[in-house]
Amino acid sequence: MFPSRFDYVAATSVDEAIAAKGDGGDETRILAGGQSLLPMMKIRLANPSKLVDINGIPGLDVLERVNGHLRVGALVRHADMVASDLTFGAVESAAPWISDPLVRNRGTVCGSVSHCDPEGDWNSVLLATGADVVARGPSGERVIPIGDFVVDLFTNALNEDEMVTEIRIPVPSGRSGGAYLKLERKVGDYATVAVAAHLELGGGGVITKAGLALTSVAPHNLKVTDAEAALVGEMPSEALFAEAGELAAAASSPRDDVRGTAEWKRQVVRTFARRALATAAASAG
Amino acid sequence: MEVTVTVNGSDQTHDIEPRVLLIDFIRTRVGLTGSHIGCDTSNCGACTVLFDGKPVKSCTVLAVQADGHAVTTVEGLKSNGTLHPIQAAFKEEHGLQCGFCTPGMMLVGAALIEANTEPSVDDVRWAISGNLCRCTGYMNIVTAIQTAAATGEG
Repeated sequence: MFPSRFDYVAATSVDEAIAAKGDGGDETRILAGGQSLLPMMKIRLANPSKLVDINGIPGLDVLERVNGHLRVGALVRHADMVASDLTFGAVESAAPWISDPLVRNRGTVCGSVSHCDPEGDWNSVLLATGADVVARGPSGERVIPIGDFVVDLFTNALNEDEMVTEIRIPVPSGRSGGAYLKLERKVGDYATVAVAAHLELGGGGVITKAGLALTSVAPHNLKVTDAEAALVGEMPSEALFAEAGELAAAASSPRDDVRGTAEWKRQVVRTFARRALATAAASAG
Repeated sequence: MEVTVTVNGSDQTHDIEPRVLLIDFIRTRVGLTGSHIGCDTSNCGACTVLFDGKPVKSCTVLAVQADGHAVTTVEGLKSNGTLHPIQAAFKEEHGLQCGFCTPGMMLVGAALIEANTEPSVDDVRWAISGNLCRCTGYMNIVTAIQTAAATGEG
């Protein structure tokens, strides 16, 4: 299967990539790992008139901790995240669950985030940890909170002449823990259901910050704000996490499909949210 | 556009459309048919090649993206007529039945034992988890990769 014809630009700088993307308007796409975009092009779900390949741009593979953030550059592959000792909590937990080892060698975190597939894993992790997306356009850099970046199904908040250059994930300074629990039929399949949980604990163990987000059970990755609000200010407990699980199940809107019935998936959300939070609390020590 | 891809150590320069996939470049332009097209949807791993030493699914890479890069196919495993240890081990341990997944399994195995000289069963299963064997001959594939690692010649 071949994609439709398109123009191809191998950019050598971010400025060149932005200029090439802006020229082509809505029909131009950035090509990083291509592990979601190329399959969609092959079955003609996507038909961009131009691809701007950023793989040759130096410096975009940056993966480092700076100013309390984990910087994940636009060319950091999923496999880099698995291998890195800079990851933590839900980020570390999610990395080995992304697709399969070969796709992880090629696919990028920023590409997956930009793709905004509600069945993608990273956006739930970013919603739970409160990450920012950094976009660059002709007029400079824009820092977009992940909650604003994810607009809807396959829709992000980028302007036509912008590209994602990196993601910044805040690294907690105190006690914290996280987890990503994913149910998948086989390695490489999308999540049937997955849950990202992130907790920060203050003096005496009280929850000072909570993040909970869901994959594959809504039109976009879903941040469960009700549950987060219910967790903050409380002491971790099984009862508290069970309550958060109920709120997560209520917030989800799964559909019947080949992976299971909506009601069963809602039950998985309920259970996985409770377990992910318990794991996060336990790993916070 | 003209691209030059180093395939098994040999520079291959061809004029191609940007939409040509790496697997088609290898099979129809370079003429090496050891890399197979299975699902064509990046599920099965029959098209696995090493891209700068790392296993990737060549049905989901554009050939233009390999311009200036090194690609190894199953044909590149042997040297001077001698089987690579992973090939010898697949033969020894009966690590194949129909053989369709075998090139991908061997390349993934070769990359694994290069990085990990004593892979556990779990390490091997993890490494081949993106490659499907429709004969379900996984037990002998795992054994073959471990046997190859034990030769210390990966």
